[in-house]
Amino acid sequence: MSEWTGGELAVVWLSLEVAGVATLASVLPALGVAWLLARRRFWGRSLLNVVIHLPLVVPPVVTGFLLLRVFGRQGVVGTWLEQYLGLQFSFRWTGAALAAGVMAFPLVVRAARLGIENVDRQFEESAATLGASPLWVFVTITLPLALPGVLAGLIIGFAKALGEFGATITFVSNIPGETQTLALAIYTQLERPGGETAAMRLVWLSVGISVLALVASEALARSTNRSES
Amino acid sequence: MSLVVEVTHTVGRFHLDVRLQSGAGLTALVGPSGAGKTTILNAVAGVLRPDRGLVRLDREVLVDTEAGTWRASHRRLVGYVFQEPRLFPHLTVRQNLLYGRWFRRHLAGGISPDEVIELLNLSPLLARRPARLSGGEKQRVALGRALLAKPRLLLLDEPLASVDQTHRNEILPYLDRLRAAHDIPAVYVTHTWAEVAERATQVVEIDHGKVVFCGSALEARSRMNVGR
Repeated sequence: MSEWTGGELAVVWLSLEVAGVATLASVLPALGVAWLLARRRFWGRSLLNVVIHLPLVVPPVVTGFLLLRVFGRQGVVGTWLEQYLGLQFSFRWTGAALAAGVMAFPLVVRAARLGIENVDRQFEESAATLGASPLWVFVTITLPLALPGVLAGLIIGFAKALGEFGATITFVSNIPGETQTLALAIYTQLERPGGETAAMRLVWLSVGISVLALVASEALARSTNRSES
Repeated sequence: MSLVVEVTHTVGRFHLDVRLQSGAGLTALVGPSGAGKTTILNAVAGVLRPDRGLVRLDREVLVDTEAGTWRASHRRLVGYVFQEPRLFPHLTVRQNLLYGRWFRRHLAGGISPDEVIELLNLSPLLARRPARLSGGEKQRVALGRALLAKPRLLLLDEPLASVDQTHRNEILPYLDRLRAAHDIPAVYVTHTWAEVAERATQVVEIDHGKVVFCGSALEARSRMNVGR
C-alpha cells in the first residue's frame, strides 16, 4: 500500500473539523429540542418532531437542495446572514458543517431525548422543592443523569456528520481543501482513473473512525444501563 | 404560621375535595392509604396543580385557580421529604445536603449545615453516594437536605414508610430533636396514627378525599379513645 499523501491527510483533517464543528454546534439546540419533546406537552409538538426527523427520511439531496434555497447566497436566511453577520455558507467548509449538522441533528436529538426520558422525574420535582428553577433543575439534575445518552447521541451524530455525502455535495459542491470531506474525496478518487488505491486507503480510514465511534457509543450506553440498575 | 388548603382535584376515579387549616407545631395528616394525603402535600409543594382551589401560606397565596395565581415550586420555600428519599444519585451525601441551601444562599437564617449534620448524625456518611446508604440513612439525609433549604414549612410524607422498624425508632428521636431545636412548622402525613400521636399539636383526618376531622391533638386523642 502506498504512502499517505498530504492531500489525503488534509481531507481527514477537514472532515474531522467539519464533523466536530457540526456536532458541537448542534449540542445546545439538540438538548433544547430533546428536552421539549421529552418533558413538555405543547401545541405543535408532533409537527416539531416530524420536522426534526425529516433529514433522516428524505433523500439527502433534497436536504441539500433545501439548504441551498434557504442558506445559499440567494437564500432568505443566507442573504441576511451574509449581510449582517458576514457568515457565508455556499461553497465554504462552514456550509459543509451546516449540512453535516442538519443531517446528524435527528440522531443527536433522539439519543438525548431517550436519555432525558429515562431520568426519573421525581428527582426533578425534589430539586424544584429545594429551590432550583427549571433551568437549574435541567443543568444540575436532568443533564448529568442523562449524560451517557446525550454523549452517545453526540458520538453517533459525529460519525454521521463525518460520513455525510448527498446533502453536502448538493449544497456546497466538492471543492478540494474547502468542502471535500472524506466521503466526497472517496467519490472523487473512484471517478478518477487509477484512483482505487487512494480510495481504498480513505475507505479503511473512514471505517476505522466509524467503528471507533460506534464502540464508544455502545460503551456509554452500557454504562447508562449499569448506573440505572 | 398558618396554612390554608381548599382544593378539589380529580385523578381518574379519585376525587379530592378538602378544606383544612394548619398552624404552628406539628400537624398530623392521618388517614388510610389512598385517602388523598399525598395529593394535598403535592398541591402545597407545587408538585401538583389542583383542578380548582386555593393554597395560602401565611399571607402569601401560592395557588388560586380563580385568580390564575400559581407560585412555582422553587419559589415556595416549602421543604418536602417524600415517601422515597429521592436523593440525587450522582451527588454525594454532602452535595445532596447542600443542594437546596445553595439556591437559597441569599436568604438569611436557617439551620447551619454543621448543626444538621450533628443532629442527624450524618458526618460518617458525607463522602458517600446515596446508593451506598441504608434506607434509614437515606431518609435522614433527605430530612437534612429539606431542612437546609431554609423552609418556612416542612412537609413530611410518611417519611418512615420505606424504613424498617429498627430504623424508624432511630429516625423519630432525630425528628424530635430537630423540632425542639427549631420551631419549623411541619405537616406529617401518616396512616399509622400511633406514629405521631405523642408528637402532634393538631390533627387532620382524611378519608376518601374528604376531611373527616380537623382539630387539636387533644380532641383527636379523646375521639380516637371514644372510637375504640
